[in-house]
Amino acid sequence: MSSAQKITDDIFKMAVNGLRHKTPVVLLACGSFNPITNMHLRMFEIAKDFLEKSGKYIVIQGIISPVNDGYAKQGLLPANHRLAMCNLAVQSSDWIRVDPWESQQDQWLQTVKVMRHHKAKLEEQQHGLMETPSKAKKRKLNTRTRSCSQSSVEDIANENEVEEINSRNNAGYIELKLLCGSDLLESFGTHGLWRDADIREIVGKFGIVCVSRAGTNPQKFVYESDVLSEYENNILIVTEWIQNEISSTRIRRALRRHQSVKYLIPDPVIDYIKKNGLFTNDNDILIRSASKYETSL
Amino acid sequence: MAAPGRVVLLACGCFNPITNMHLRLFELARDHLEKTGLYKVIEGIISPAHDKYGKKGLVPSTDRIAMAQLALSTSDWVRVDSWESEQKGWLETAVVARHLKRQVQNKHGSVMDSETDGPSRKRRKTQHNVNNIDKNAGSSTAVASGDVQLKLLCGADLLESFAVPNLWRDEHIKELVSDFGLVVISRAGSNPEKFIYESDVLSKYKNNIHLVTEWIQNEISATKIRRSLRRKESIRYLVPDPVINYINEHQLYQPETETS
Repeated sequence: MSSAQKITDDIFKMAVNGLRHKTPVVLLACGSFNPITNMHLRMFEIAKDFLEKSGKYIVIQGIISPVNDGYAKQGLLPANHRLAMCNLAVQSSDWIRVDPWESQQDQWLQTVKVMRHHKAKLEEQQHGLMETPSKAKKRKLNTRTRSCSQSSVEDIANENEVEEINSRNNAGYIELKLLCGSDLLESFGTHGLWRDADIREIVGKFGIVCVSRAGTNPQKFVYESDVLSEYENNILIVTEWIQNEISSTRIRRALRRHQSVKYLIPDPVIDYIKKNGLFTNDNDILIRSASKYETSL
Repeated sequence: MAAPGRVVLLACGCFNPITNMHLRLFELARDHLEKTGLYKVIEGIISPAHDKYGKKGLVPSTDRIAMAQLALSTSDWVRVDSWESEQKGWLETAVVARHLKRQVQNKHGSVMDSETDGPSRKRRKTQHNVNNIDKNAGSSTAVASGDVQLKLLCGADLLESFAVPNLWRDEHIKELVSDFGLVVISRAGSNPEKFIYESDVLSKYKNNIHLVTEWIQNEISATKIRRSLRRKESIRYLVPDPVINYINEHQLYQPETETS
């Protein structure tokens, strides 16, 4: 956790200091991760490449937020196992991290609430960095003339910095975008599944990066929804040309049948599953499905 | 009930570079064969093609072998064999298979060593310029039970390629399906049975062709990996991390090495 925090600080600094012409983005993926697969990890890589190639964004972090146990989907393993597997899976990544906050709440939360939490955290961190005098001093010494007294220069430096960031994007903060597959975009159209206000907030205030397979037509879901169409510019659709179908459902099926899942999920995750005897037949029928709907809890 | 027959799986190809898809082929084939109860898969062999295969953008076999070895560092049953790439010229798959069959039978022992030098064959010139090095190799006789069998592991595209005129010698196709056997991994929704039905020789030996469906599909072809590398896109989680590091260190598959 502390190393993740260190990385976070470094990339925040990078975002604040270096790339003023680009919008820093944090990608958040919500889901069961039951278990995490190479497909989930690929979504992050594909989205980062796409956003950075546009020349407008710099992706500074990816966050995996495994769903709360209260989601109660059939066969959902306890969050401690799912978190452990995610942590093993991202140990070789220098920009993706796992966040336990969602899973540590008393109950299942709507996606929009998880987004609000992470957005607030990002704003806090960014403020913290911008307002640390020592950091401002360092920048000042490198880039500014020393015509005034120490203290007043420091104040100016801080003010300028805030101003610059404010002018760069409206809110003045790092953007948090929801990373998802086209199935999520499609689910927005399912009646009674999402609250209208939540959809509006997710696409209007935050934004979505949707990774979809070649040959599908996620633009259709956008077209068919008035609210998605309204915020079309906030929905970035990326085509996954090198397709894979490594869904968690298929991984669990293979594990139940004692088939190899090597090269589909990271080796340390396979070791963890074996060591803990996870995803055997028994696990899958023990937990009764309560509900999987966004609005029902 | 007889003890399961021991099988070694051989995959031939460029492996330029090796991807997780190649590695999955082995896992799928082993699961399938062992589930029948008839086979025990004791080894997997990756044999990267000779540099003189001459495909555009083919990096030297030393690099391709190094990458395959790195990729297989976490596997306890699949290995790389460099014999094919060390020959003087490109070899036909059947010739490579004959050599490796002798090798694995020596290594794992065979109950009845039936390997004899067959009559030298008249070789028709194919579209590839072939240097026949393994002139002494003949076809093996039928495998006695207890012998280690060598089966060729491939995708459905190889089965399909048997029908391409002048690409394969007829006698090699016959030898591969009769004396060795094929394990064909094909994606859900494709119809490899059709290729077997349409070919007289494949139909004749269809009991020697094991069809395996890849239900968890992936499309991690080496072509797509090279394309991503040229375009400076991430190939993480498609190719093992040590292979990515090797590619970066040796600056393989740069934009100028192969144009789209």
